[in-house]
Amino acid sequence: MSKMKKVRHCRRLLSKTDAIGVKIKRNRATVVLYVAALLFITTSFTTPVEKAKLFIHIEHYAGMQPLQMDTVYYKNELGQTFTVSRFRYYLSNIKLKKTDGTEVNLPGYFLVDEADPESKSITLSHVPEGNYHALSFTIGVDSLHNCSGAQSGALDPVNGMFWTWNTGYIFMKMEGHADASTSPGHIFEYHIGGYMAPNNCIRKAELDFGKKGLTIYDNKDNGIAIKADVLQLLKTPTTIDFSRLSSVTDFHNATIIADNYADMFTINADE
Amino acid sequence: MSLRGNKITAAQKGFLHPLGFNRRRFVYIFFFVCSLYFCFSSFTETNPYFVITVKDLEFTNPLGFPQPVYDFKNNKVTPEGFVLGRKLFYDPILSKDSSVSCAFCHQRIAAFAHIDHTLSHGINGSIGNRNVPPLQNLIWQQTFMWDGGINHLELQPLAPITNGREMAESLKGVLAKLQNNKAYEADFKSAFNDTLITSEKLLKALAQFTGMMISSNSKYDRYVKGEEDFSLHELNGLQLFRSHCINCHKEPLFTDNTFRNIGLKPDTALRDSGRIKITGIADDYMKFKVPGLRNVEMTYPYMHDGRFRTLQQVLAHYANGKFFTNYDKSIEKNIGLTAQEQADIIAFLKTLTDQQFLHDRRFADPNFR
Ligand code: HEC
Ligand code: HEC
Repeated sequence: MSKMKKVRHCRRLLSKTDAIGVKIKRNRATVVLYVAALLFITTSFTTPVEKAKLFIHIEHYAGMQPLQMDTVYYKNELGQTFTVSRFRYYLSNIKLKKTDGTEVNLPGYFLVDEADPESKSITLSHVPEGNYHALSFTIGVDSLHNCSGAQSGALDPVNGMFWTWNTGYIFMKMEGHADASTSPGHIFEYHIGGYMAPNNCIRKAELDFGKKGLTIYDNKDNGIAIKADVLQLLKTPTTIDFSRLSSVTDFHNATIIADNYADMFTINADE
Repeated sequence: MSLRGNKITAAQKGFLHPLGFNRRRFVYIFFFVCSLYFCFSSFTETNPYFVITVKDLEFTNPLGFPQPVYDFKNNKVTPEGFVLGRKLFYDPILSKDSSVSCAFCHQRIAAFAHIDHTLSHGINGSIGNRNVPPLQNLIWQQTFMWDGGINHLELQPLAPITNGREMAESLKGVLAKLQNNKAYEADFKSAFNDTLITSEKLLKALAQFTGMMISSNSKYDRYVKGEEDFSLHELNGLQLFRSHCINCHKEPLFTDNTFRNIGLKPDTALRDSGRIKITGIADDYMKFKVPGLRNVEMTYPYMHDGRFRTLQQVLAHYANGKFFTNYDKSIEKNIGLTAQEQADIIAFLKTLTDQQFLHDRRFADPNFR
């Protein structure tokens, strides 16, 4: 079969792909071409463009310095020194927002723990391509999942972020030492949770990406860095005095700390 | 047992065992022992009293009962899951020093309350701060505990397991013990088709067992269905109950799932302030869950702290009108109930005893085979 003939054959085949039943002259070359054409069509369907991944790196700070556990002394607004020995919290209900007002939900519950470096990197897959102007998320666990019985993964009560006597997740735990604290051993502990009014401690954070926004590309790993500042947790709107409030382990005073942590997160522009 | 005859044949064959065994005798003994073993094991493992079949777990909503709150659709009850839940319920492995099981505090003969204990007793003889409530018709309950602190049946076991005065274990500790236990590995595998033992599976298995504890065949139920008659006293008691108590103890579960203050004087030693501990709302001070009254004859003593030993004392409280502050006004109409009226109400309350439930073999301790 000459080259020209092959091409002609091929054309004829392609024009018939929508009518497979049409009788085809079954010489070997035709069959080969036919299969090749089919293969070409199917493969172009089965390898779709890979949807983007978004990595959120979370860095813990105390003011300007990266947070260090136990060893380093920090100062609150009142100049009281303290160390941090535990810092962990839930993030969930992550959303990316477009300028046109549409939102992309990126489901999942994440337990972020200073003591577990892996937990500080959240991977979100299947993020649609596009330009986004803001990221929003919930600090804590929505009320539905506080009422859903036994759960697994990040929400497994075995993670120690759960109250057994008054059902609900502990959204945030910060513990440490402060000389000013009047608790035994000068410890302070803030275990904050509660999904029901008037002690609802679920807070929403929205972080703006600035003028340029964040552009997500398919077939690419995209990353952003966000910063959580423990000093923010101790101020605005309420300045925490360790000598007066060193222990919050139920609803008493919980919303004070919750209002403080609502603005603890910022986009880390240095990255 | 004489071995002589065979000894000779064995000796003739040139094989003489020092204990007098020959091969044939050995085979006989082997089979005899085997058959004994099979007899015994089939007795323990398939004793029909403890066998649970799919048919045993069929659920139909009792006539007149509302739709259950707990949805078994998300935790399908299977014989394997139920039997695992039963085993866990009766196993002290859930406590720190393997001394206290759920059944230690929740006794079947008392509709799974604790007979004659005012306050619960836990690990090392420590005394809890509340009276053990019965476990029955839990799937219709919105909240659990006297103060409603727990919002889901599956999560309920976490409270006693981790309470220092009850089982004093950690969830991690329990899971580690179960994971190191070959028998449990097999049990979880057959119940959930997966050998990995997680808290979710542990809690769901327990919920399959406790969720099936349903009491709906008391004399009262049969009376309502027209299958049995009430005595005159019982009938009078029912009428009084419907006019005086039904506002809170709503039929057919005998609770409206709310929290109320019935004017009990706070105990200064226990300092139990009730629902306020959960909600922080001032108005919830000294409010407790309205208990369902089924099998109430068996669940003495009464109230969140077990302060009343008898139903007579309960009725006397309602009738004498010495209520502590901030009580629910709807108990006022009970003031002045006569001795006869009180006795009739008690006669009616006793019709709520459900012998079928109290002796239901499905909930019996499987260790007593
Ligand atoms: C030390 C005794 C003790 C042990 C052990 C114990 N419980 Fe309880 N249980 C109680 C007491 C007391 C309450 C009521 C507590 C309260 O209201 O604060 C209760 C409440 C409950 C309730 C709620 C009932 C209702 O009507 O609100 C359920 C369900 C329950 N227990 C199941 C279990 C299971 C399952 C286990 C085993 C994992 C268990 N219990 C172990 C003492 C115990
Ligand atoms: C205002 C609502 C209300 C009314 C009306 C009411 N009860 Fe109660 N009842 C309760 C509450 C709440 C409790 C539990 C209180 C506690 O433990 O502190 C309770 C407890 C009981 C108990 C103890 C149950 C147990 O398991 O410990 C009995 C028995 C009882 N009520 C019977 C009655 C009878 C009979 C009447 C009518 C004469 C009545 N109640 C009227 C709310 C009510």
